[in-house]
Amino acid sequence: MIKNQYVTIKGTRDGLTLNLDDTCSFQQLLNELDKTLSQDDIDVEQSMITVKVKLGNRYLHSDQEEQLRTLIRQKNKLVVQDIESNVITKEQAMRWKEESDMRIITKTVRSGQVIEITGDLLLIGDVNPGGTVKATGNIFVMGNLRGIAHAGYKGNQDAVIMASYMHPVQLRIATLYSRSPDYESDGVYMECGYVDQSGKIIIDRLQVVAKKRPELNGFERSVLNG
Amino acid sequence: MAEAIVITSGKGGVGKTTTTANLGTSLALLDKKVCLMDTDIGLRNLDVVMGLENRIIFDIIDVAKGKCKLKQALIKDKRFDYLYLLPAAQTSDKNDLSPEAMIEMISELKKEFDYIIIDCPAGIEQGYKNAVAGADQAIVVTTPEKSSVRDADRIIGLLEQEELEPAKLVINRIRNHMMKNGDMLTIDEIIQILSIDLLGIVADDDEVIKASNHGEPIAFQPNTKASISYRNIARRILGESVPLQSFEEEQGMLTKMKKFFGMRN
Ligand SMILES: Nc1ncnc2c1ncn2[C@@H]1O[C@H](COP(=O)(O)OP(=O)(O)O)[C@@H](O)[C@H]1O
Ligand SMILES: [Mg+2]
Repeated sequence: MIKNQYVTIKGTRDGLTLNLDDTCSFQQLLNELDKTLSQDDIDVEQSMITVKVKLGNRYLHSDQEEQLRTLIRQKNKLVVQDIESNVITKEQAMRWKEESDMRIITKTVRSGQVIEITGDLLLIGDVNPGGTVKATGNIFVMGNLRGIAHAGYKGNQDAVIMASYMHPVQLRIATLYSRSPDYESDGVYMECGYVDQSGKIIIDRLQVVAKKRPELNGFERSVLNG
Repeated sequence: MAEAIVITSGKGGVGKTTTTANLGTSLALLDKKVCLMDTDIGLRNLDVVMGLENRIIFDIIDVAKGKCKLKQALIKDKRFDYLYLLPAAQTSDKNDLSPEAMIEMISELKKEFDYIIIDCPAGIEQGYKNAVAGADQAIVVTTPEKSSVRDADRIIGLLEQEELEPAKLVINRIRNHMMKNGDMLTIDEIIQILSIDLLGIVADDDEVIKASNHGEPIAFQPNTKASISYRNIARRILGESVPLQSFEEEQGMLTKMKKFFGMRN
């Protein structure tokens, strides 16, 4: 039998890494993977092994990915933890860029108006009572935040909301929300809302939040999040 | 060039009709040719405030539907050389008026008049759309109450989508003692939120109500606070820079002092 070596298995402390060749056809890959994984006799006593799949420069459609997962899952004791590829589609790249982009909007967001963007929002202007701003990333308001701000609205709890003057009706981060007190109160200047360890939205001074969210610095945050 | 100005607010009962009547009166007193248009179909009352109710034969819907000529529906106010009213219909359906019809009427009126002042109904639906359709400028009226300011903000947002000059603000029914006690929003607070130019402020004054009930807008009277306020607004519309009246200033000073002493912090 000719050993093609389309599949290289590496054992690590955390489980197995499958390096899959990216020049052969997908079918060849499946065939060899099927054989290779069947050959290996696996100790029945052993607990579940997590598998990381590395595709190199190969792009898999979601149904191909599913095929691959099913094949590996059928083998005893193997669970796919992660499938990693060096390549993404243009579409994904665009979306990724959008999600990591900062959109600058100059406007007063008035009562009844909603601004909804993908990525971070830098609003130069006020959010008035009854107005809403939403972003999948962070929200920075250079102005008075008197309405509703919803950061990380697709589920990112690490997102923060910053405002020059913070006097919101509500702050929302991911699925959490906090509201202004029922009694009359004044706002605060240069503060920032974030989710603390206990899963509550806290408002604190900018300096404090900057320490808690070091990833706010620089572009790397988007690479990390991607 | 003639100008069409719509008076709007979102919320009802804040003083759109009163402002329309008094602004029209003040502009006519300054020898301008003025036509008032009531677009509050079904709830007309500009004619009552102007004391012209008994002269109505045709109305704006009759004109829109082609039942009469525009000139036939115009009511002349005999107290002036050149003040006319195009009344709203009391019984018709709002949908009988359309933005297109408004634009057509206004462009015809512009040949004849210097200022066309349009009284807008409350709300943000068809009636509002009709009223702003042919306007070049908008004046937003609010009172120093949160709900009224909220609705004004909503309207300003909608007006920004129209091809109008930036809207200007009139704050109506100001009560000095309530502002002083912090029981009402101050002028500064309102302007800070709405962030548009202030055209004028009008005190809350029983005389305004009395005058309206007599079919004689307060602006006729030479010396009440409110009439001076309305006349000043008219002069500012004509481009004069008229400082706030002393009682208005008093208000302005108060709010500035408050800020100076850092009551916010
Ligand atoms: N500055 C004022 N002082 C006292 N009463 C006022 C003043 N402005 C308006 N009003 C009264 O408030 C009521 C509502 O005013 P109106 O002009 O009819 O409001 P709208 O047209 O916006 O519904 C009327 O009874 C009017 O006389
Ligand atoms: Mg009215």
